[in-house]
Amino acid sequence: MAKRDRLSGNEAVAIALRQINPDVFPAFPITPSTEIPQYFASFAANGEVDTEFIPVESEHSSMSAAIGASAAGARALTATSSCGLAYMWEELYIAASNRLPLALALVNRALSGPININCDHSDSMGARDSGWIQVYAENNQEAYDNMVQAFRISEHPDVKLPIMVCQDGFITSHAVENIELLEDEEVKGFVGEYEPEHFLLNPACPMAVGPYSVSDYYLEAKRSQAEGMRHAERVVLEVAKGFEALSGRKYGLFEAYRLEDADRAVVMIGSAAGTTKDAIDELRKKGEKVGLLKIRLFRPFPADAVADALKNVKAVAVMDRAEGYTNHGGPLGADVMSALFRAGSNALAVNIIYGLGGRDVRVEDMEQVFADLKTMIEKQDAGETYRYMGIRE
Amino acid sequence: MAYNFKETMNKPERLAPGHRMCAGCGGTIAVRNVLRGLREGDKAVIGNATGCLEVSTFTYPYTSWEDSYIHNAFENAGATMSGVEGAYKALRRKGRLNETYKFITFGGDGGTYDIGFQSLSGAMERNHDMVYVCYDNGAYMNTGIQRSSATPMYADTTTTPVGAESNGKPQNRKDLAAIIAAHDVPYAAQTTFVQNFKDLHIKSEKAIYTPGAAFLNIMAPCPRGWRYHTPDIMEICRLGVETCYWPLFEVVEGKWILNYEPKSKKPIEDFLRPQGRFKHLFKKENEYLLEEFQKEVDRRWEELLFKCSR
Repeated sequence: MAKRDRLSGNEAVAIALRQINPDVFPAFPITPSTEIPQYFASFAANGEVDTEFIPVESEHSSMSAAIGASAAGARALTATSSCGLAYMWEELYIAASNRLPLALALVNRALSGPININCDHSDSMGARDSGWIQVYAENNQEAYDNMVQAFRISEHPDVKLPIMVCQDGFITSHAVENIELLEDEEVKGFVGEYEPEHFLLNPACPMAVGPYSVSDYYLEAKRSQAEGMRHAERVVLEVAKGFEALSGRKYGLFEAYRLEDADRAVVMIGSAAGTTKDAIDELRKKGEKVGLLKIRLFRPFPADAVADALKNVKAVAVMDRAEGYTNHGGPLGADVMSALFRAGSNALAVNIIYGLGGRDVRVEDMEQVFADLKTMIEKQDAGETYRYMGIRE
Repeated sequence: MAYNFKETMNKPERLAPGHRMCAGCGGTIAVRNVLRGLREGDKAVIGNATGCLEVSTFTYPYTSWEDSYIHNAFENAGATMSGVEGAYKALRRKGRLNETYKFITFGGDGGTYDIGFQSLSGAMERNHDMVYVCYDNGAYMNTGIQRSSATPMYADTTTTPVGAESNGKPQNRKDLAAIIAAHDVPYAAQTTFVQNFKDLHIKSEKAIYTPGAAFLNIMAPCPRGWRYHTPDIMEICRLGVETCYWPLFEVVEGKWILNYEPKSKKPIEDFLRPQGRFKHLFKKENEYLLEEFQKEVDRRWEELLFKCSR
């Protein structure tokens, strides 16, 4: 039986974690993710979970302790944002290379400097090559649903990789929305018990974790991570299928919104997709064939499926809420463009940097993007392919 | 139970031979003897900061560790073991583990005094039920003898080289055992390889079986970095204690206890002379440096006596 409620994204994720009742949760506060461990500390203080909550002295230590806990055989996670993620950078690679199932509730926030507490994706985008699975949410419901699915993906024997469950800082994490929660028992049943194959606290067989690896073995270790990533795409879909049976809510690698017959499309990640859907609905009323591809799974990147979903569009705007400083655009732009190129697409494509440091994204802004795409088609020229939205020159 | 040397030495080795540490390495001696503090049959998880010990004992696909072992990175051995110990508590609480485990982390002075200091401080302050063991050889030996905050004054290291304008490391060493004791941990102690290892064995067992966070600082000479005649390690350690350069003490529930007081304190030259890293101090024109060094040893010794109310 689903329960209706009104919750912020942080509260929703914290409730998902209460329902999951993980074994170990080390955490250090940073805006805007602070509330997640804060809510959880209350659950622990009130005996609603029997998790070992460890309030550590830094984000480097929160990820280090989560790695220790996961290696020890526990279901572990932490939460952070922005500079907190940057501070645990080294540990992200170590978690992934040790093939440790682990979750990170990431509330996306701009990286310093200038110091800024608002949303963009520069934190998680910088970690895109660290070997973590990354899933993103548009709203509170998706943040909650992704958290419920996270451990099933991460702990799958074919995957065994850490997972970053991302939501937009403040826009999603702090805004209160209507949400449908699953019953505690439903979540417990869906997530199941964690039964690791090898772990430090296995009395039957000791284990050594974190070796020095010479050139003879390092390449194979990295390739084994890539194998896990290769399986992740399938497992994400399998878990989503099970989740749909439980909740009635359907998830995939991405969401295609009114994309089927669209001649123009926007590709983006996160909360601005909601605004874009409003713009699309308005334009559709006027008969314009516009659509959206909202990425849910960014790592691994479902390149073939993305290219296939975009195969009929004449023009596409890939929207990046992070800079790449390549002089060509951002990270999502690079991945989508390469997917289109490999698929032999002839679509006109531009990469637009937007919303950095929490800059507002309005329906009119997105209508303008679709208008620009229309001009590109009329002129049969993409023009400047690397653009900034709403910049004050 | 009274200490029995023979029984302690006859315990099965928990660090298997065949690792790649240097012959005569103090770090390995420290590890093997600390692990003798574990009671037979008790299980342990060993943690390790990056350093000589890690790269030489767990080179894929080989491990020398009989117990479960985790190396994470250089600066986070304290935090990593916090997570392992947290997992232990959670799994026991949830009825998924019945066995008793002890948690022992090893780090060199680089991973402990310097880059891992924050992580160590956090783990000690949170009072995790673990022992952090620093095998202190007074420099970053794994990367080639660079100075650390544990390096003694005037030591010649590759980042404090002796030269026309340099007498070696200008600063004194950090007193880490006192700093950890100030975290109000239930047990902190300093020791080295003397008295047939009795002091080290007793303190290891105490540290391992004291509930809560414990810290052991072990002077563990490095023949390459200190440049002494390798077989003389026990004599070097004895001189460290007899000159009061490396006093043996413990802090139990905040109470400072001096474990050994030399009958007559030897001059610091006796400890410094056999070590190549202090060779320049024995030039005629550098006599004043030896005097400075002696003054610092005396000052610290007096301070320790005061803390121990002697």
